[in-house]
Amino acid sequence: MSLPPARDVSCQQLVELLTDYLEGVLTPDEVTAVERHLALCDGCAAYLDQFRTTIDALGSVPVQTLSDETVAGLLEAFRGLTR
Amino acid sequence: MPDEGLVELLLAGDEAAFATVVRAWSPAMLRVARAHVRSDASAEEVVQEAWVGVLRGLRLFEGRASLRTWVFRILVNTARRRGRGDAVVMAELAGPTVDPLRFRDADDQYPGGWREESTPAWWGPESRVLRAELREALSRALTELPERQRAVVELRDVHGLQALEVCELLDLTPANQRVLLHRGRARLRGILEEAAP
Repeated sequence: MSLPPARDVSCQQLVELLTDYLEGVLTPDEVTAVERHLALCDGCAAYLDQFRTTIDALGSVPVQTLSDETVAGLLEAFRGLTR
Repeated sequence: MPDEGLVELLLAGDEAAFATVVRAWSPAMLRVARAHVRSDASAEEVVQEAWVGVLRGLRLFEGRASLRTWVFRILVNTARRRGRGDAVVMAELAGPTVDPLRFRDADDQYPGGWREESTPAWWGPESRVLRAELREALSRALTELPERQRAVVELRDVHGLQALEVCELLDLTPANQRVLLHRGRARLRGILEEAAP
């Protein structure tokens, strides 16, 4: 049979299950259905790969932090407290 | 950051140790605070106030939880006092995360399957996707996510917090935490897909 395969879970349903799949909260039956679909469907396998790449990329975005002024104020408060 | 000995260092007046924890924990604290209050400036005030509360209470810290857990608890209490306490907006939880037009109709031979012309393509080596301009697009896209989605995605995927911790800090059920995480991730993937070669 040609693509798209996997009758148990459609591609449209699968894309909504991926975070639950990655978080490990699907039932064993659901995991089996998702993995069977992914093994047969190149589009969804690519989608999952993109999803993972996005998550990995998030690990390296710059983060907001306290202003230097606030940090300086806190260090001052710390000195005052332990003096 | 290992907790061991940290409290002792702080109580002994080790300023470098204090500066280190402030720098290490404040980015995630800002994100948590920002989920409770309306502006970045208020969030910064909440974090500042929380640290002052930490300094005041340090001598009373009994070490039942880790120092980090205790600091985040003080933060959440401070943020809640100042916060708006909005419930999760339903719009942040509902609807599909991928355009339904990309899938085949119900009367198709493969209902819900990708349409040929809109099937996701492999992005190729990660390095290409993670080029500077795409990382910038991702940073920008984060600021455009609905507030709760942004908070969950950043705390989980940027700051690396555990799911349970995020539920506690943001007053979310585990199910809603996952829905917000999923929707945020899916939206960001879509933005990278548009930007990808």
